[in-house]
Amino acid sequence: MTSSPTDLAIEAAGLTKRFGSTVALAGVDLDVRRGAILGLLGPNGAGKTTVVKVLATSTRADAGSALICGYDVASQAHQVRQLIGVTGQYASVDGDLTGLQNLVMVGRLLGLSRSLARQRARRLLDEAGLESAADKAAKTYSGGMRRRLDLAVSLINRPAVVFLDEPTTGLDPVRRSDTWRMIKALAEAGSTVLLTTQYLEEADHLADEIVVIDSGQVAARGTPNELKKRLGRQTLDVQLLDEADADRAVTVVSHALGHEPAVDRPARRLTAAVDDGEAMAQVVRALDEAGIKVNELSLRLPSLDDVFLALVGHRPTTGTASVNSTYSEGDQ
Amino acid sequence: MSTPETAAPARAEPTTRPTARQGLAQCAALSWRGIVKIRRNPLGLTDVILGPAIFLVLFGYVFGGAIAGDTGRYLQYVFPGILVMMTLFATMGVGVALNSDLSAGIFDRFRSLPVLRIAPLVGAIGSDVVRQLVSLTALICFGLLLGVRFQAGPASILAGCALALMFALSVSWAWILLGLTIEDTQAVQGLAAIIILPAAFASNMFAPPETMPSWMQVIVSWNPVTHLVDAVRGLLMGGPVAEPLLDTTLWMGAFVLVFAPLSLRSYNRREG
Repeated sequence: MTSSPTDLAIEAAGLTKRFGSTVALAGVDLDVRRGAILGLLGPNGAGKTTVVKVLATSTRADAGSALICGYDVASQAHQVRQLIGVTGQYASVDGDLTGLQNLVMVGRLLGLSRSLARQRARRLLDEAGLESAADKAAKTYSGGMRRRLDLAVSLINRPAVVFLDEPTTGLDPVRRSDTWRMIKALAEAGSTVLLTTQYLEEADHLADEIVVIDSGQVAARGTPNELKKRLGRQTLDVQLLDEADADRAVTVVSHALGHEPAVDRPARRLTAAVDDGEAMAQVVRALDEAGIKVNELSLRLPSLDDVFLALVGHRPTTGTASVNSTYSEGDQ
Repeated sequence: MSTPETAAPARAEPTTRPTARQGLAQCAALSWRGIVKIRRNPLGLTDVILGPAIFLVLFGYVFGGAIAGDTGRYLQYVFPGILVMMTLFATMGVGVALNSDLSAGIFDRFRSLPVLRIAPLVGAIGSDVVRQLVSLTALICFGLLLGVRFQAGPASILAGCALALMFALSVSWAWILLGLTIEDTQAVQGLAAIIILPAAFASNMFAPPETMPSWMQVIVSWNPVTHLVDAVRGLLMGGPVAEPLLDTTLWMGAFVLVFAPLSLRSYNRREG
């Protein structure tokens, strides 16, 4: 990274955290420029939430250091808390208070005058599409409404750095795009955003830079374009009829595409990143000319699994699952 | 197009810690939650309004004849005791409310905010003040209806109510600690009740200690509730006030000094 330290809103080095015998973070480094959106991408249990909790001062790392706008999260937590907004995976709102009251209360806690708190609360409710529910108790909100209220609450202090832990998990597609709009507006207005997600599409859509995390470690990082170049726009799956053809098929496909596909022998499957449908035709021709029988051939958008396969060299591991876990037929 | 509310302008340098004024404002903002909830659900006040009436009638007319030979005279004696009992009973909700707030997630939000660490706990106690005031008002009104004759001026009566209220708030720190350390909300409620009942009854609240066996008299004389009842009785019905007032103040200080730091420590140890 070429930025000088003063340009960084988030600087974390060597973050380590254990819960009992489980290693949640095994030395995570992160640098985020001011005003950028960083997408922290990883499967469940990868350590994304723990990263957010350490950076947002709600839990302490066992080792390593982290600065938010130059303030240390461990020794200057009070300063850090004045600069950040946090939205967790579960909405932290008071169900007995109305949407407006939730916002005003937090605004008051942050030292805003009553009139300024109300004024900002009204506008945030509008931006979150909650204006008609402003005076209803938050416990009557749907899950998606609560999540958007939670996001609005975390923005009432106009935070310099916003942490969003899986802000759209469980939201329907329409609500997801509403939330995306709010997040984009946030960065355009100058806030730095760290967003965790399980969705490649979300990171791709929002993030200036993506960090892929797995088993508490950074597995890859780059701009969405850089990662996609390594990944291709689409993923070609070739399932062979006969496992014995695998080596030959790899050679043929490598030749046709100009790069080597990933192989899953037990599933008799080759997976390769491709840029367009034309590549599929080339592969079909090449395999046919070589006399290799194909059971199934498909083209699809890359999944998070593919990101891992392409960038990390193995599929996402959860908990104690084996790194070389086989590729089940139901995988998409 | 107007700037979105999400705009992040240039900001002042962050401060290193909240000032005393900010801290007080934060405690007040968090206590305000309690008032909002009462406005939203006024029926939640039923227990603190009807409770005083029920206990006055029950104690006055069930035990009055047996204990004092005359229900009217007993009401005079027992009224300050019931006032103390009602404020103590009303505190039990504090731990329960805190416990359910902790599981509901709103405290995760408080934890991420630059507020005084203890403010959310003070707010949990402060939220209860309105309930207590309603309870005290109801009790005084029902007392007057039933013919209780106060032997002191309004200022003295107010002082008695204020003392009982402050004692209740200081005892609430113990429920805060329970609410923080015990996972199960039901258990918090049950444990608080099991502590408060004997603490209230093993006092001079309902009967003169002279009628009790000597070992019970020892317990009663050490029970902080006894000193509080003495002080409130003195303030409402006339009688010595200075010594029980001093003892009560010392006990209140002790409750806060012991349970507030323990609560804060327990709160800080919980990781969100």
